[in-house]
Parts: sequence; structure tokens; C-alpha cells
Amino acid sequence: MLEIKNLHARIAEDGTEIIRGLNLTVKAGEVAAIMGPNGSGKSTLSYILSGRPDYEVTEGEVLLNGESILELDPAERASKGIFLAFQYPVEIPGVATMQFLKVAMNEQRKARGEAELTTPDFIRRVKEAASELKIDMDMLKRPLNVGFSGGEKKRAEILQMALLEPLLCVLDETDSGLDIDALKIVADGVNALKSPDRATIVITHYQRLLDYIVPDTVHVLYKGQIIRTGDKALALELEANGYADIIGRAA
Amino acid sequence: MNMQINQPVRLTAAETALVEAFAAQVGELPGNGAVTGTRDRLLDDLKRSGLPTRRIESWHYTDLKNLLRSVPERVVGGVSVDPIAPLVEGAKVLSIVQGVADNRATIDGVELSVFRDQLADGSAVAGLAAFDKDDAIARINGSFVRDGFALSVPADVAVEQPIELQAVHGAGQVHTRFPAVFGARSKATIIERHCAVTEDAALVSSISDLTLQDGAEITWIILQTQGADDTHLGQIRISLGTDSKLRLFIVNAGGKLVRQELRVEVQGEGSEFTLRAVNLLGGDTHTDVTMVLGHNVPHTSSTEIIRNVLFDKASGVFQGMIKVAPDAQKTDAKMACNTLLMSDDADFSVKPELEIFADDVICGHGATVSDIDRNHLFYLMARGVPENRARAMLVNAFVAEIVEELEEEKLVEALEGVISDWLEKHA
Repeated sequence: MLEIKNLHARIAEDGTEIIRGLNLTVKAGEVAAIMGPNGSGKSTLSYILSGRPDYEVTEGEVLLNGESILELDPAERASKGIFLAFQYPVEIPGVATMQFLKVAMNEQRKARGEAELTTPDFIRRVKEAASELKIDMDMLKRPLNVGFSGGEKKRAEILQMALLEPLLCVLDETDSGLDIDALKIVADGVNALKSPDRATIVITHYQRLLDYIVPDTVHVLYKGQIIRTGDKALALELEANGYADIIGRAA
Repeated sequence: MNMQINQPVRLTAAETALVEAFAAQVGELPGNGAVTGTRDRLLDDLKRSGLPTRRIESWHYTDLKNLLRSVPERVVGGVSVDPIAPLVEGAKVLSIVQGVADNRATIDGVELSVFRDQLADGSAVAGLAAFDKDDAIARINGSFVRDGFALSVPADVAVEQPIELQAVHGAGQVHTRFPAVFGARSKATIIERHCAVTEDAALVSSISDLTLQDGAEITWIILQTQGADDTHLGQIRISLGTDSKLRLFIVNAGGKLVRQELRVEVQGEGSEFTLRAVNLLGGDTHTDVTMVLGHNVPHTSSTEIIRNVLFDKASGVFQGMIKVAPDAQKTDAKMACNTLLMSDDADFSVKPELEIFADDVICGHGATVSDIDRNHLFYLMARGVPENRARAMLVNAFVAEIVEELEEEKLVEALEGVISDWLEKHA
């Protein structure tokens, strides 16, 4: 599904290189966890996949189902099926949440040549997905993310993910700022979306989230490269021993 | 001191056209002897000092003499302009077509007369005077005004449906007045709407004169959607009594040259003045909102939020002066002006001024100018919203935020409709 080959990328503004020859393959149906210490490039990777203009790719390839995505803008990537659940979802006053959801769903459908949703069909889908995630419809009457608690924002991200039905889900530290109940709801939401033709990348600092979203593969990112790949046992090892061991061995 | 002071002013084409238009209408403009005398003086003042230039401080950013290139001729008869649907369904429409008010209009619970009758019997004469020598709008309007509506809501009356003062016009000149008195504890929502229905140039001047008696709670909305070649000179005068509340909402979404003046006197303790303004500016146009607000007694409050969106080569101005009188203690006044510049060729000037003579007050002002927030844009695009659509949503959001403060659902929806239609055409 996703192939990243020898990826080099830097911050556009000051040229600081963040990703330095990263290789990663994630297959359809796979849940891949990316772990790593602060500053290793985890969030940058998520932004590069989603096309944030603040970063420049200087070398390498990113292929989604064999097709390069690096020339596409964020909206085009989204309609190809890439979804980033933000670590810090932004508040946008004046944009009604429901209107935003409808525009996003229909713009993606348009881009794929599909018919737009009718209003009743749209409302039905939102109600179903919201109830799964224990989101009150009143919350969706507010402007986008405005006044949402940390937990509500993360649930709203997963709601969007459920409605947009992406091929590749990238969860950027979705566990940050969540209490254990909220974490379970969010994890259940993510697990419900697992399917043989969808891949998920879970970016996290901690093993905790991986108790609920069980990964097939675990990759350790350090200084812009994957320095170790394993299965879920690797995450447990990191939890027990910290990153120092693995970093030391890779150096 | 100044040698030039005694030299006659050389009149511009527009000034000459105004003088000639007045001469052509002598004997025809409605009014008794006192009104006619006042008109003559106002026109004479206009002729002697000309239109204001940038050397006049209150007109510094809107040099009317240079900006008003020409004045369209008055169109007499043969104008086929029809009233349009009200902004809000169910509103009571008071229709002014090409400057002539419909004298058959009635509204339950509201005392209503056409302004031409007040001119004819002379009761309008005091209101025709200019504030000062720089009050060009009162000079023009006072010289030429022919009609409008005078409305009065008696004490304790709550007018259920919004009232729409609907001034529609084609090409030519239109000069209207709307004096309104709101009795003690009365409630009403008034929509003052200025709307061009043809593309040919018009010169419009309009003055509204609002008196809120004790405890009145009024929402007054000015919706200006003039044509691309029109000049709109508006003035609203406001006097607030004890414990009264006025929410004034202004939308400028049209016109080639627009000046909206607000002269607000907060006269009664416990009163509240709220101004929200949305200026949507595009093309090669100039729009000016100038407010002078006097807090004259203790324990009053005011807030003003001005939101501007500019495209193309548009230019805009907001001048906001808040004066706090020496004994107006506990005044609470806040003013903010936020501008979204969508083009490098557009500009917006902001001049906040505070004149505070009391020592126990809260007064603040702030101004921002920005482009669209990149984080917001990225977030929307990351959900599949194409860049143009995402930008339009964010511009809309920038102004929708203050429209939503109006809370009445139908009104919010109608104004948001006006705004999104404008943005679709200009963005």
C-alpha cells in the first residue's frame, strides 16, 4: 500500500534536514507503529505524507499503491485516500462542523468521480459514526473543534476518519492528552475501521496506545531513519528498556 | 494666516454638477420656507468650501473631492424599478423606490409618516443642519433630500416582525432620510437596505437619525449592496437613553465609493452600544467607515468589531474615535478592527482614537491585518477540500463569526447568504 524509499526531507524555511534516508513499507491490512524519542522526525513524517507545505522532500520516493504522491497537494492526497489524524487539531471559528464534514466528504467524492451525498444520507452517516464514538450531535453544531476538550478533538478526528473512509490512516500521537476512557473509545474507533484493504500508521511515544491498537509491525525512528523493525514485542522491549539500548546498538 | 482662505474655490466637475442639479430643482424640492432656507444655506456652504479633501482631518483617508469624479444626472420619471423580496421572510417592508417612499405603507403598533410630509410642514428642519463645517454628507443630503420614512415606536411596544426600510434605485440621484424614535422599553429590529437594481451609476445619500428612549432595545442593520459604479454616502446619528441597548450591524458589500459615518451619543446611564461591521471590498473601490462615539455619562458600555475582507485593488478605511467625558466614570469601551488582505494591491487604513477625560474607565482598541491562517488552510485541505474552496470557507468564517452573534436564525442565514454570494462573485 505504502512504500517510502530513501526519503530525505527538510524544513522549507531554514533547510534543517529532518528525514535522512527513511525506508518503510506498509502493506494493505497492516497496522504499523512508529515509535521514537522526541525530535526523531515522527510528526514530520506524518506531515510529509499528508503534504504540509512547510516541508521539502529533497530525495527519495513515496508511493501509494505504486503511484507517487509527492507532486500532489494535500487535498489531492486526501482524495487518494490519505488521512492524517492530527496531534493538535486546529480550532476554526466560523466554520460549522457539519458543513465542514459535508464539504469534505463531497469534495472527495467529486474528486473520485462519485456522486455527492444527499443531505439525508449525509446526516444518517454522521449520526451512525458519531454514536459509535459517543459523540453528542450537539457537539457537531459548534464551530469546528472550537471549545472541544482534548478528548473531544481526538474523537472528532476519528469521526472524520470514519466518514472519509481512507486507504491509509496516519494517527499522529492520537493518545496524547487522552485519559484512559477516552483512549479506549478512540482505539475502538480505529479498530472498527481495520480492514484488509486499509493500512494504518500509528505514531506514538508510548506502548500504552498499542495495548488497544495492536500493531502488526513496530518501527523505531531515530534521527530521520528507521533503525529497527520488529513485531509488537519490540514495543514492549522499548517500554521496559527505553530507547537508549536500541540507539546504542544502531550507532 | 492663510492667503488662500479668501480665494474662491475652483469647483470640480462633480461639485459643479451638484450646484447645477440644485439650481435645476429649485421650487421643486419639497419643503416649507424654513426648509427651503436651510437647503439654500447648505448648498451655499457646499459651494463655498467644496467637497472635503485629505487636508480635512476627518476626510484624510477619503479625499472626497478627488474620489468623486462625477455626479450622475437626476433621472426624472420613466424609471422602472420594482421593490424586491425582503431580506428576511415575514419582514414588514417600507419601500422607497428611486427615492420616493410608499405612503400607503402601515405597520401595526408603529407610527409612520413619509419624510416628504415632514419637509412640507417644516417639522424636519432642525434635523437638516450639518454637525460642523466638515459634515459634507449632511450638506449634500440636506440640500437634496426628497423623501424617506419617519417612524416612531411608542413606549412598551415590541414590534414582532423585522421592519425593512428598502431603498431600491436605478441610475441617477437618491437622497433619503430615516428619523426613528423608539419609545421607552420598546423593542424592534430594523433593516435599512440600500440596493441598486441596475448597473448604471447612482449617487445616494442617506441619513438615519435614531433616538432610543429609556430602556429601548433595538437592532438596526444597514445592508449596503450598491452597484459597481455607485457612490453611497451614509450617516447614522444615534442617541442612547438610560438603560437602552442598540445593536448596530453594518454590511458593506457594494458601491464604488462608500462612506458610512456613525455619530453616536451615549446619553443615558446603563446603556449599551454594540457595533459589528463587515466590509467586503473588491475591484477598484474605496469604502470608509468613520465613527465618533461619545460616552457622555457614567456607567455605559460599548463594543465595536469591524471585520474587513479585501480583494483586487480595493481600499478601505476605519476611523473610530471614542470620547469619554470627564464625568463618564465606569465607561467600558472596546474596539477591534480585523482585516484579511487577500491581494497585495489592496490596502486598509485603521485609525483608532481615544479621548479620555475620566479616570476610572476601561477603554481598549486593537487592530490586526493578516492573510489566511496557513494551519487552518492545511487542515481543511488535508480533509480533501481543494485550495480555492478551503480559502473561500475560511474567508467566510472570518466574517461569519460576527454575523452569528446576531443569533436570530433567519437574519443570520440571510446575511450569511448575502456574504457568500458576494464572495462567490469576487473571490
